[in-house]
Amino acid sequence: MSKKKISAEREVSYAKWGYIFIAPFFIAFLIFQFVPLAQTIYYSFFEYYRSGLTVIGPNPVGLDNYKALLESDFLKYAGNTVILWLAGFIPQIIISLLLAAWFTDVRLRIKGKQFFKVVIYMPNLIMASAFAMLFFALFSNNGPVNATLVSLGILEHPFRFLSSVAGTRGLVAMMNFLMWFGNTTILLMAAVMGINPALFEAAELDGCSPRQTFFRITLPMIRPILVYVLITSMIGGLQMFDVPQILTNGKGSPDRTVTTLIMFLNNHLYSKNYGMAGAVSVVLFIICAILCLLVYFNLNPTESDRKIKKRDKLKPRKEALNG
Amino acid sequence: MKKTWKAIMSFALIAAMIFGLSACGGKKTDDGAAAEGEAGKVLNIWCWNDEFQTRFNDYYPEVKEVAEDGSTTTLNDGTVVNWIIEPNADNNYQNKLDEALLNQESADADSKVDMFLVEADYARKYTNSESTMNIADLPGVLDATSDQYEYTKEVVSDAEGNVKGVSWQACPGLIAYRRSIAKEVLGSDDPETVQAALADWDKFAETAQKMKDAGYFMLSGYDDTFRPFYNNDAAPFVEDGKTLNIDKNIMDWVAMTKDYTDKGFNNKTSLWSDDWNADQGKDSKVFCIPACTWEIDFTLTGNADPDGTKDPAQSAWGDYAVCLGPVNWCWGGTWLTAAAGTDNADLIADIMIKMTTDKDILNKIATEKGDFVNSKSVISDLAANYEGNDFLGGQNHYALLSDAAAGLSLKIASPYDQGVIEKMQAAMKDYFDGNADLDTAKANFETSIKEIYPEIETVNWPE
Repeated sequence: MSKKKISAEREVSYAKWGYIFIAPFFIAFLIFQFVPLAQTIYYSFFEYYRSGLTVIGPNPVGLDNYKALLESDFLKYAGNTVILWLAGFIPQIIISLLLAAWFTDVRLRIKGKQFFKVVIYMPNLIMASAFAMLFFALFSNNGPVNATLVSLGILEHPFRFLSSVAGTRGLVAMMNFLMWFGNTTILLMAAVMGINPALFEAAELDGCSPRQTFFRITLPMIRPILVYVLITSMIGGLQMFDVPQILTNGKGSPDRTVTTLIMFLNNHLYSKNYGMAGAVSVVLFIICAILCLLVYFNLNPTESDRKIKKRDKLKPRKEALNG
Repeated sequence: MKKTWKAIMSFALIAAMIFGLSACGGKKTDDGAAAEGEAGKVLNIWCWNDEFQTRFNDYYPEVKEVAEDGSTTTLNDGTVVNWIIEPNADNNYQNKLDEALLNQESADADSKVDMFLVEADYARKYTNSESTMNIADLPGVLDATSDQYEYTKEVVSDAEGNVKGVSWQACPGLIAYRRSIAKEVLGSDDPETVQAALADWDKFAETAQKMKDAGYFMLSGYDDTFRPFYNNDAAPFVEDGKTLNIDKNIMDWVAMTKDYTDKGFNNKTSLWSDDWNADQGKDSKVFCIPACTWEIDFTLTGNADPDGTKDPAQSAWGDYAVCLGPVNWCWGGTWLTAAAGTDNADLIADIMIKMTTDKDILNKIATEKGDFVNSKSVISDLAANYEGNDFLGGQNHYALLSDAAAGLSLKIASPYDQGVIEKMQAAMKDYFDGNADLDTAKANFETSIKEIYPEIETVNWPE
């Protein structure tokens, strides 16, 4: 009897400490994230900005901000964002998969793996803004890249990277690629190393070519991590800001083709236009949520989904048998 | 052992979190009593670059010492001058300053804005507000300004005619050109010969063609000729707070710049960019730059002679000269204003009087820095007696500009000009570069303007 009492007391006190330990996070979350989040949604229904030294509003205007948003170039900026993200993400995932496969391949026995891992991770350690400043200087009209290309005779005149659409977009994509491929490689390597080696051995014994092993065993087995990489990269891509902002001096030039959604949002914050900025944020949040759900349910079917699919596949056969 | 370690770590984390949270609660200094009649010991001056700061440190007689990092200056009576420098571009300075001025009442005496600098592109925004003090309320300042150029008072006057700021400089526009290129292409580097070749925009274009034929660029970039056109606009960009009227002059600038770009008369740079700065150096192929008097010391000298050698063999020092160019114009200037609510009114009055009206100090600034100082008598004296500026190859630019300065005007300044000008130049760059046609560039301009100034409802373009 006494034993029972003690164990009950212990359970209660453990739970209490658990809550106390997670409380700071929830308090900080409530104050610094949840309240501003609610305020953002609230103010998106108001006219609220600053004209010079006078604050206009907040005056409730219903859905006017959302209407104005629909009439603006919102879709163009969404398109820019997607293009910039994909142009960086596609090479990133291909190179990372390749590197992960090579680094984990038992037969290749690459030397100095640790060294390469550190080196490819390095660009991620630099602040994005510093990285963008660096590229801005490197690729400016009279910068070292142009000077080298001209002196090597590859170009006759300096190429004005930041005045050409492809040049500017290419630079943004390249920076995002350079900053993130190391991180992705390490994630994917961890995933590949988590696969049961027996599978690879069996494949080898069965006479699989390296390509077959990669597409038939490695890829399917690391799918959950791939989904994770895709979703985090997509969220990061939708929120792309610092690299294009600093590379183009906040202009999103040329012809606003490098203006991302968050840069658009930031433009409204210059005049402290909380109403419009709130509306942009809310729409962005909804898009982000929908995309994540879509990707998650399409690429990562849960156990119950798989069962349903199997059943669907089996059904016609059963019916056929019955019939 | 492991357990105690864990306990220590977790306590440290909790402490860090709690400390971190409470640290956000704002510090309160306990010497808020300074506001009671007696002058504060801290003077906060807001500005967007170090131009006035260096003038102040070099020429204000009460300066005792300058902090090593330059962020503060200590005066003889122990007052500490705090320099709060916020970059100007993209309305950044205005936005930060607005934030501070809106909190002016609740800020404690030593963190209030005491003095802030404004430039013509947004001076009216502040002089039409309650945030700036009438200089008539600062002891002795208004009387001391009688010798200043009228336009420098006009642009910082509010609707009732109260003057709210003072400047140590007047800013007549000029064209600075390379003597060596002038000699080679035009046969002479004499300012009168060059002026004859640049007397109006048609002659300007003819000379540009000659420069191109000789392998030079007439101008560095797109924005160089903006100010001469804009300053001669017929009306301010925004008058009613809702409509933005683009003057025909601006479209003339667009057409001319597009034409020059297509013909290869310019080096396709943008204002303040690296290659624009480099185009003023010794090895540049650029013949001239429409500039203002303040640019001689603040921009040109540094770019022409980056190492400070003052040696014509190693730099473009002495290879520049100035002439008036096709039109009369001016580009801004920097005004000192006293922020309402300051506790250092007497000190501010003294700074304003010494730095903008004291003839000895102004004379020194003019002869040592080449600045066109804001005193008619000092300038007319210099026009007659100055032996010439070394950087300009011994030219007395005061003699050249003293007449032009009398006719300057900034009547067209509106509170919106910085944003309008920056966005116009950025949007038109796409057109000049061939990345957008004129209509797209115009549409992009309208989009950007409505983003930064939501109150602007319509943009009217000239026929």
